[in-house]
Amino acid sequence: MASITLNHIVKKYGDGFPAVNDVSLDIADGEFVILVGPSGCGKSTLLRMIVGLEDITSGDLEIGGKRVNDLAPRHRDLAMVFQNYALYPHLTVYENIAFPLRLTKGQYTDTEIDSRVRNASTLLELDEHLERKPANLSGGQRQRVAMGRAIVRQAQAFLFDEPLSNLDAKLRGQMRTEIARLQRRLATTTVYVTHDQTEAMTLGDRVAVLRRGVLQQVASPRALYDQPVNLFVAGFIGSPPMNFLPGRVEGTDLVLPFVRVPLDARLRAAIGDRELVIVGIRPDAFEDADVVAQDKRGSGVTFDADVDVTEWLGSELYAYVPFETDPAVQQQLEELDRELDGEGMRTQLVVALDSLSTIRDGDAATLWFDPASVHVFDPESQDSLTRDDEKAAAIDAEAAQARQRATARAKERAAREDAKAS
Amino acid sequence: MALTGRQKMWWAVITVLVLVYALFPVFSILATSFKLPGDLTSGRFLPTTWTWENYTQILGPDGSARDLFLPALRNSIGISLIATLIAVVLATVAAYAIARLDFPGKRLVLTTALGVSIFPVISIVTPLFNIWRSIGLYDTWAGLIIPYLSLTLPISMWTLAAFFRQIPWELEQAAQVDGATPMQAFRKAIVPLAAPGVFTTALIAFFIAWNDFVYGISLTSTSAARPVPAALAFFTGESYFEDPTGAISAAAVVVTIPVIVLVLLFQRQIVAGLTQGAVKG
Ligand SMILES: Nc1ncnc2c1ncn2[C@@H]1O[C@H](COP(=O)(O)OP(=O)(O)OP(=O)(O)O)[C@@H](O)[C@H]1O
Ligand SMILES: [Mg+2]
Repeated sequence: MASITLNHIVKKYGDGFPAVNDVSLDIADGEFVILVGPSGCGKSTLLRMIVGLEDITSGDLEIGGKRVNDLAPRHRDLAMVFQNYALYPHLTVYENIAFPLRLTKGQYTDTEIDSRVRNASTLLELDEHLERKPANLSGGQRQRVAMGRAIVRQAQAFLFDEPLSNLDAKLRGQMRTEIARLQRRLATTTVYVTHDQTEAMTLGDRVAVLRRGVLQQVASPRALYDQPVNLFVAGFIGSPPMNFLPGRVEGTDLVLPFVRVPLDARLRAAIGDRELVIVGIRPDAFEDADVVAQDKRGSGVTFDADVDVTEWLGSELYAYVPFETDPAVQQQLEELDRELDGEGMRTQLVVALDSLSTIRDGDAATLWFDPASVHVFDPESQDSLTRDDEKAAAIDAEAAQARQRATARAKERAAREDAKAS
Repeated sequence: MALTGRQKMWWAVITVLVLVYALFPVFSILATSFKLPGDLTSGRFLPTTWTWENYTQILGPDGSARDLFLPALRNSIGISLIATLIAVVLATVAAYAIARLDFPGKRLVLTTALGVSIFPVISIVTPLFNIWRSIGLYDTWAGLIIPYLSLTLPISMWTLAAFFRQIPWELEQAAQVDGATPMQAFRKAIVPLAAPGVFTTALIAFFIAWNDFVYGISLTSTSAARPVPAALAFFTGESYFEDPTGAISAAAVVVTIPVIVLVLLFQRQIVAGLTQGAVKG
């Protein structure tokens, strides 16, 4: 197991287009780092450079403190699960998993190989499929075989390239927790590429957001959600995505399409002397004004809105409120939407309400939100103006501590189980 | 897809028709090969008396057609095998490049190959005859192997290129990450998948060379290089008035046997869809 350090990594393909541009990232030993970003942003390219399948145009890649830029893949001792599983179709499941071990001539005896393969297959519940060929397996089973091949030898690190993208929602959920459990238990350094929100937020210790080959922000999921550095990260992280509204400063108020928000000290400091800003509000920052506790109510602002459509999801209720956006920021927002793989649909406010809320399609509702939860972005640079670095650092530190405790517990449990087994 | 009773019946009828159509000539030749010369014109399908006489004539220690047939058989086997081997090796290398690399003139190579293969054999044979005579390739093995390559190479290249395109080449990278050298990755992950395609191509190439008649008859003059299909034309009966049909049939049966043996041997290798299951989807 080892740390991985990326130092100003650049990848230019033949046409000179920088698919990965000046990415620097420190991945600690045993850490689980997620790479996210929209399609084509260079996630796979970055992963393939780490594993050695793609040349690094410039910059340094270190594994365990050793520069490995020019090392062949087999000397880097990393295990990878490919975006499509890349199983060997002519080999049985057993031989697929044993493949990396058989290549290390003489390092393992046949009985050692057998016990390792069987350990991996038990862990992944593949025992009854060991003699079958990959062609006869379901997608989920193939995925597990690919995982088995990765974990069977104690590699320096695991690299996953969207391993769950082809599974149905239920299986994806199961495999996600399975991967999390496996990684906690083995405590192997892991880099995991995905563009699935849930995977990004739940699996990783830290999440790295890429945009057109450029690293935007690396932080714990909570810090990313709470303290995004710019419009792109704010829009990419979170589902449903953050609402972006044009905000115009008029006297002591910030005028949004539905409501005037009085400027407090925080907002005033953030906005400075700008006249027009982009305001970001998370869907879950809103509440139905009728159900907000009286003492909380005073600290926020309320406004009336015509709810167009509602979606009831059991645990939550999404309400959609269309609005006219300001032409001055419209183009910016449309471009951002396209970049986030959006559909360029009508501008609407998405509000996540308590599932007990009585608001229905076509109702006129009174909504409430707290201005303290509002993000403000510069329309030109798209940087966040309200980001609190200290707070972000505190969230990250807390996440790191929680993670350490979880790993220690998982190791203890694994040791206990091993002791019981032998 | 489950077939209904009616559909099943129709399929059975069609299968029987096709089988009869394809196998009737084979059985006819087989039956003829066991007939006595006098029996040939009897107009009956099966021989009245079964005899090995035709076979002893071409294979037996003092058969009259033995000196014609056995050298021809040796020539056919040798020339076809060498032509097949060269064609498959060259076509494998070429198809690999065509399937995996992007190089200028790739389409040109493919269309030229196609053009060569649709060129009518009969139109090249006369010039070849003249050239071969002047450079000493006439009536030699090499003199047949070279034109056979022009028949077998293009089709081998096309089949193999199509086959190689379907191979999930990522497996090579997966194997390298798993700890294989580039050579090991190719041998352990790609060769097993490519082998069936190569075997199939080799069979096709072998049959093309094995069945050739035009080059065989035009570019040879003695048993030094004459292959079986050409040699059959030189068979004569016991007397001037006797047809050599029986002996020709026996020879035809004998040369069919290696083909059947080859197909049965490699049947297991010619499995389509071996690449399934490598990737998702
Ligand atoms: N072999 C290549 N030659 C030229 N350009 C390439 C090559 N491979 C990828 N690219 C380009 O590099 C960029 C990043 O590609 P990459 O595959 O890393 O994206 P990704 O983030 O993994 O996307 P996805 O989520 O769709 O898998 C893309 O713009 C792509 O067009
Ligand atoms: Mg990718």
